[in-house]
Amino acid sequence: MHAVIPYVTGALLFGLGVYGVLRRRNAILVLMAVELMLNAVNLIFVTADAAVRTALTGVQIEAWAYPNGRPGNSGGVFALFVIVLAAAEVGVGLAIVLQYYRMRRAVHVDEVALYHEDEQVGR
Amino acid sequence: MTVADVLLLALGAVAVGSGAAVVTSTHLVRSGLYLVISLGAVAGLYLVLGAELVAWVQVLVYVGAVVVLLLFAVMLTRAPIGASQDLDRPAWPALIVGGGVGLGLAALFADAFRWTLYARPEPGTAGRMGEQIFGQWVLPFEVLSILLLAALVGAIVLSRPDIGARTGDEA
Repeated sequence: MHAVIPYVTGALLFGLGVYGVLRRRNAILVLMAVELMLNAVNLIFVTADAAVRTALTGVQIEAWAYPNGRPGNSGGVFALFVIVLAAAEVGVGLAIVLQYYRMRRAVHVDEVALYHEDEQVGR
Repeated sequence: MTVADVLLLALGAVAVGSGAAVVTSTHLVRSGLYLVISLGAVAGLYLVLGAELVAWVQVLVYVGAVVVLLLFAVMLTRAPIGASQDLDRPAWPALIVGGGVGLGLAALFADAFRWTLYARPEPGTAGRMGEQIFGQWVLPFEVLSILLLAALVGAIVLSRPDIGARTGDEA
């Protein structure tokens, strides 16, 4: 396999995620674009894991770097960690979005008032 | 071009194409469904790259839970059925930054890895992954469980108005 194909796919997906975060007004669509970016990073982790592991066959690896046995699958483990982080992120993010919707009846991120609540009600 | 290359190219094209549909579609629900296709194609890429467990976890957690959660949120915020015109901001800054990041990273990777042929790795089955997680990475794993608990409590506190509500004279 040519490792450059999934690498470039991951880079393009990340660019699409950045585009979506900057382009979209709806907070839920912004979260979807963030998921795209996290997936791109996961894809690059897994590809790097596969490519580096096959490129390192036959190389004597320092024992202190791997205290328990042979190296391998660290990229996959990190991808799993990122998936867990993404699940936590989307849970808290949607709680914030729903609470904001309950308060203001809107989900548009560029209309969020950044000034303090007191100024708005004119106290 | 081996079979793995053809599969990688096809799945990558599906992932990028439906990813583009996610960020350009004018239907909220369609965006979510395109996200399912994109995440499924990425799971297929994981399978070709030999990360079996990651692929199945991706299907279970992302397609099964995260996207369903996003669609729930779409429904709960009373999103309009059909196309809505007010989803987007002006395109130019996003196009410049996003296109710059995507194409720049792609050029960087293409320059770094060229057309080098790698042997296919041995599959990362649940046994091997578990050995790694509970051997080398056990401390991050435990920290991650604390983080999940914190996110759970945080989401509950955020979405219940009767917890942490300020009393009248203080607000």
